[in-house]
Amino acid sequence: MTAPTAADTESVQPFAAAPARSGRAALVWRRFRRNKFAMVGLVGLVLLFLFAFLGPLLTHWSPTDIDLVNTQSGPTGDHFFGTDDVGHDMFAQTVSGMQKSLIIGLLVALLSTGSAGLLGTAAAYFGGWWEKVIVWLTDLFLVVPSLLMLIILSPYFQGASWLVLVPMIALFSWMITSRVVRGMTLTIREREFVRAARYMGVPAWTIIRRHIIPNISSILIVDFTLNVGAAIVTESFLSFLGFGIRTPNVSLGTVINDGAQFASTDQWYLFVFPASVLVLIILCVNFIGDGLRDALDPNSTGASAR
Amino acid sequence: MSQNLLLTDAAGRPKNPAPTGTPLLSVRDLHVTFSSEAGDVRAVRGVSYDLHPGEVLGIVGESGSGKSVSAMAILGLLPDNARITGSIKLEGRELLGLGDKRMSKIRGKDIAMVFQDPLSALTPVFTVGDQIVEALTVHQKLSRDAARKRALELLDVVGIPDPERRFKNFPHEFSGGMRQRVMIAMAIANDPKVILCDEPTTALDVTIQAQILEALKNAQELTGAAILMITHDLGVVAGFADKVSVMYAGRPVEQGAVDEIYYRPRMPYTIGLLGSIPRLDVSGEHGRRPLTPIEGNPPSMVDLPDACPFADRCPIVTDICRDAEPELLPAGPDSHPSACHRRADLESGTIPIDQVYPVPEIPETHLDAVPREQRSPVLEVKGLQKHFPLMRGAVFKRRVGTVKAVDGIDFEIREGETLGLVGESGCGKTTTLLEILELVAPQAGSIAVFGSQAANLSGRERMEMRKDIQIVFQDPMASLDPRMPVGEAIAEPLRTHGWSQDKAYERVAELLELVGLEPYHASRFPREFSGGQRQRICVARALALNPKVVILDEPVSALDVSIQAGVINLLDELRAKLGLSYLFVAHDLSVVRHIADRVAVMYLGRIVEIGDVSSVFELPSHPYTQALLSAIPLPDPRKERERSRILLPGDLPSPANVPSGCRFRDRCFKYASLNAAEQSKCRDEDPVIVARPGKQDHAAACHFADALEVV
Repeated sequence: MTAPTAADTESVQPFAAAPARSGRAALVWRRFRRNKFAMVGLVGLVLLFLFAFLGPLLTHWSPTDIDLVNTQSGPTGDHFFGTDDVGHDMFAQTVSGMQKSLIIGLLVALLSTGSAGLLGTAAAYFGGWWEKVIVWLTDLFLVVPSLLMLIILSPYFQGASWLVLVPMIALFSWMITSRVVRGMTLTIREREFVRAARYMGVPAWTIIRRHIIPNISSILIVDFTLNVGAAIVTESFLSFLGFGIRTPNVSLGTVINDGAQFASTDQWYLFVFPASVLVLIILCVNFIGDGLRDALDPNSTGASAR
Repeated sequence: MSQNLLLTDAAGRPKNPAPTGTPLLSVRDLHVTFSSEAGDVRAVRGVSYDLHPGEVLGIVGESGSGKSVSAMAILGLLPDNARITGSIKLEGRELLGLGDKRMSKIRGKDIAMVFQDPLSALTPVFTVGDQIVEALTVHQKLSRDAARKRALELLDVVGIPDPERRFKNFPHEFSGGMRQRVMIAMAIANDPKVILCDEPTTALDVTIQAQILEALKNAQELTGAAILMITHDLGVVAGFADKVSVMYAGRPVEQGAVDEIYYRPRMPYTIGLLGSIPRLDVSGEHGRRPLTPIEGNPPSMVDLPDACPFADRCPIVTDICRDAEPELLPAGPDSHPSACHRRADLESGTIPIDQVYPVPEIPETHLDAVPREQRSPVLEVKGLQKHFPLMRGAVFKRRVGTVKAVDGIDFEIREGETLGLVGESGCGKTTTLLEILELVAPQAGSIAVFGSQAANLSGRERMEMRKDIQIVFQDPMASLDPRMPVGEAIAEPLRTHGWSQDKAYERVAELLELVGLEPYHASRFPREFSGGQRQRICVARALALNPKVVILDEPVSALDVSIQAGVINLLDELRAKLGLSYLFVAHDLSVVRHIADRVAVMYLGRIVEIGDVSSVFELPSHPYTQALLSAIPLPDPRKERERSRILLPGDLPSPANVPSGCRFRDRCFKYASLNAAEQSKCRDEDPVIVARPGKQDHAAACHFADALEVV
């Protein structure tokens, strides 16, 4: 009732450091940068990428190499993360798995959240036949057992690159978000600022991009961060069943899966190293997501100038 | 015993209870503080007043002035993080510090409350009757039958027709006005000693507001209760209250009898409030009286310095005002208390009351000199019609009726002119606007902008035309994207119409200055602005492309009075400076009188009266216009007391079910006074809008139109 708003307290910050004219992109970036955790997440993710793609240079072992002399060795100067029963170098395996998992996780999340956002907003904003078709499609995919479909489909992609997994996983993970997005868009569509934009002559897709997506960005960002983790897990599950990434290729999921049974044994390193890498990836993505959400949301105090 | 009170007329009650004797409700030095992240919010800072039996005390203030919080404190309904100090005594009994259980015995029985929003104050899943019965049985031992009988009686008292049937209805089956009547019925159910009314009519249309005030008055006469009326509307209080307390920044800044406050204000804030209300009854030389806005915004209630909280907005501020907060003291021996360091100067007349605020000039344009007939029309609407089909059925939809939202209206706006379109909610104002803004062929009739028909426009031409016709919406918060910096929002129309980024930014800075903001505000989000500033941003956005016509959809109705005046003056100034034409939609006729050159009154999808402002307001000819004008309270206690109101019965009929013949006849007071032959004419013939005899620009759609002075 009498909650003090920023207008009352007049936190006059003439943005001396920043130029007076700044568009939304610049403003969001500035607000994002103020968030320490977000920056940690961003830097962390960049480092993880560098680690995944430059890591192989640190060791002479390749993920397929077998060191018959040093099976079941703990972390040493030669095998940074140790070796498994067969003599695979865990460092090389983890790094190689990371490459695929990072790409799968991020791409699947991008694709599924992106299409959920696109289809959900389009269905709600345009209405009519668009809506009928999209809602029908969403419901159809919801009732189809996705895992079964993936298993049925996978033989067709036998020879294809592992990247086929990206659209396959994404195909079955957009529906629920899309429904939520549609519901939210339905309410936002009726707001006056959308109407105002329409009467200015702003084209429909621009309205969706400029007004609707930013206003539902919180859910999309949360969904994206969740999807990164979910995609990595789904991929490892598929791999476990033998449909995803197959030997000699490895992914973080397969490496963790193989190591899981050793988690509480003296060969803990088989599980702990790849698992911590997964945790780090998801943590970084979450930090970035939180930061982005705060930066886009004018009501959050975390990102405003102090 | 309480039943008797209601059944017998309270004739024995003294008509004007002397304000002596023991007060019924006595509030002393009430302070309410909320803890918040930003620090302690001191919402109420020392409120004291006495309320005597049968008395009406009006508490007036803008949003955030602490008026509702102080009322909630009386009922003990504040959240737990509120710290309350002071004393609240009901008939000598201290209420502060009573537990919830004890307070529950008092709430609804001794002190009743009427809330602002009657929809959320009633439980949607119980029938209205059950809710009144509950209100009764909570505090009284009554048998089911007795409670029911009494509930019916109460519904009858507050003027709900056919209470037997309505008893079983759910809240959603009632209109807003009817729901508020139910609230009043519940409030008086246990013969309370005090009725707290928190903005009881703010959410309602004027004609309904008049009905509700009447119902409240009746209820008060029956129960003899004292009323504490909280409102922002100085008009409502003028005719209703005996005493007024004006609150600002959590404190009463002026308290006294209603006439004292209105005719001898001793605090610049009160003077400013009175000067900033648009009034129906005052017209200046040019047909308009300039409003005197109060600059600035109310202070934050966190960390208030020891200074007059109004100092930053006060035109007669001196050094002492910034050094100490003034006490609430009488300005002279026979004066009422006010909290102003300069009260003595105001009392002695050293500073004349009417010169406290600089009176702004009414801006004039070169167009004002050109007679209306010689100006070219910018917007012509002919026979505009918008019907919505009413569908029923889950699988197979069939048409069961038609909602005649807009049913054939004509008007035109000429260059540099403002047309006010007024009517109550549901009369089709907004549909009319939206139809115009779509810029496509309407269902029937035609819309022409600068002489070119909207129906014949190609896609590109329509896009071009959007430059010339822009809109400002009612709610400045809803019409700005909360996630978009305001600079970007203002630039949006520019970017859409192909301006380069650099040019757009320059224009944004220019526009922000034009509407009285600073260019560096561009990178802030809408929530960092107050309501008035947000509306200025919306105006800036509408003006970005240099439109010729701006459609204003209730642009000031969501703003506080003191802010409202500033926006009205800004709109007036811009119109003169930029040669704009306005279509100004409003439900508030007083605002329209201030800003419009011509006015069109809408009722149920039709224009019933149209003409230049002075003709329509001084000699309204349609019974609906007359009722509408008469329902608006004047911020002038003496005039208010002498006025007799035309009360319209019932609510606006549904546009799905338009009465035959004249659509107003069901509620028309004139119809009732006609003879049978004349009545049948109203029943059978739909009146067309015809010019009033001897008038060039004044027409009304009534078979028996007759001028009547009502203001």
